Amino acid sequence: MTDEAVELRDIVVRYGDTTAVGGVSLTAGRGRVLSLLGHNGAGKTSLLQVCEGFRRPDGGIARVLGLDPMADHDALMPRLGIMLQSGGVYPWATAGEILRLFASFAATPLDVDMLLDRLGLRKFERTRWRRLSGGEQQRLSLAVALVGRPELVFLDEPTAGMDTEARHTTWRLIEELRADGVTVLLTTHLLDEAERLADEVVIMRSGAVAATGSPAELTAAAGIDLLEVRAEPGLVPDGRLADFKVVETTPGEYAITGSLDAATISDVLGWFAGAGAQVTAVNTRRRTLEDVYLALTSGEKVYR
Amino acid sequence: MSGVFAPAPGRAPMRSVVASQIRMELTLTARRGEAVVLALFVPLLVMLGAGLTEATNVPGDDRLAFVVPGVLALTVMSTAFTGQAITTGYERSYGVLKRLGASPLNRSGLLFAKIAAVLGLIVVQLIVLAAVGVAVGWRPHLEMLLPALGVTVLATAAYSGLALLMASLLRPEATTGAATLIYVVMLAAGGIMFAAPDLGTAGWFLLPLAAHAEALRETLSHGGSVPGAIWLSLATWAVVLVTAAARKFRWE
Repeated sequence: MTDEAVELRDIVVRYGDTTAVGGVSLTAGRGRVLSLLGHNGAGKTSLLQVCEGFRRPDGGIARVLGLDPMADHDALMPRLGIMLQSGGVYPWATAGEILRLFASFAATPLDVDMLLDRLGLRKFERTRWRRLSGGEQQRLSLAVALVGRPELVFLDEPTAGMDTEARHTTWRLIEELRADGVTVLLTTHLLDEAERLADEVVIMRSGAVAATGSPAELTAAAGIDLLEVRAEPGLVPDGRLADFKVVETTPGEYAITGSLDAATISDVLGWFAGAGAQVTAVNTRRRTLEDVYLALTSGEKVYR
Repeated sequence: MSGVFAPAPGRAPMRSVVASQIRMELTLTARRGEAVVLALFVPLLVMLGAGLTEATNVPGDDRLAFVVPGVLALTVMSTAFTGQAITTGYERSYGVLKRLGASPLNRSGLLFAKIAAVLGLIVVQLIVLAAVGVAVGWRPHLEMLLPALGVTVLATAAYSGLALLMASLLRPEATTGAATLIYVVMLAAGGIMFAAPDLGTAGWFLLPLAAHAEALRETLSHGGSVPGAIWLSLATWAVVLVTAAARKFRWE
């Protein structure tokens, strides 16, 4: 028994001959936000299905709040808030009826009216599910996941189909959940979503973990990635810059990539000075989570 | 504003969880009221057609005494089995059952709520049909209402079990097709419009519809008691099918 919110060890999920998840281990600490980041088909939803007790893993051990999600399903469910990827509601029930139904299942539910207001659903209270737009359905699903005051929530692509405003509302809500001590495990393929919300990002590629760490750790490990120098056009690098790749992107704008740190940057700038160039701007750029993600998921280093 | 979402998880008392779910099932049933009314059209047609004309051969002199209880039994099957199998199949394909499975409602709670809600609907339908039957001359023995209700509850549980089992095993389109087919076959061969081939007691165990119809005739039309073999047959079907449904039930 551990005190982690979610602990997965060597989880394998197969659909027939296809291996969707091939031995994934991860840990989500209590009160933290963990984001599973990956392309469609990377195995994120399969992994979530295992955590939610909807699928028995073909290998490995899953513990959620210290319990077995399959065997202890009934004991676990009142403690979880689950937002499924799509649908899952009576098409002919209204938004208000649905939220009140799930509220009535909980011992001490949140105030339904407050949730309707917070998620901008008040004016759809009497609208039937099938008449709601995709984004409105998503917001209602989020409300359903939260109404029972869970200690751990699973959000499968929570902002898919939402407009910009709803997306930011949802992000603020998730930040508030974290501040109030709720553990959040969310899947996304949106980098800005992971970067903004997650304490820890698990990047998945074809059913395996490609990298784990906080957004800062993931980008810092890669160091400074790009040095941009503005000087006279037409300078031709010589042997002193052989370790670097120098490209004149537009006349007078040089992009230097390679192993860049304080010492090597000083060498590069020294070369410009030695060439008698008038340097008017120097700029370094760190890799973003997007660069890391693209490099990991495409299997090769990608620079921009 | 902080602290709104501070965790306080827990399940409401199971009784109120199930009560909420029953209320939702009944609300949705009422919302498709036109379908419920239409579902009474076939039983009414059978009752008036076979009960008031010589279109079919029925045993005995009192046609209504034979036909009306049969139609009541047919309606129970139509609602508890055919209707429920189709509805549940689509609820699964919409992901409704999965969503409920991700909530504090557990599977026995859901099965109980579904059977209870469908029983409520059946009681209303039977009152309407029996009233029409009385209006055209059926004279039921109301002192035998209690045993008649007893076998009806057992039949409802058995049909619901089969409906939920089928909806768990088959795709919704296949469930709809199979449930409709079984209904039509039972309508024709279940001993409702005309006497079924006499298989004796064995027939009651093979055909719950025939057993239920016979029990309603014995009690309501003739003022007798329910044969022990019919109690046993319906109780066995109910226990076996509800248990199988609970075992095989899938949220997804």
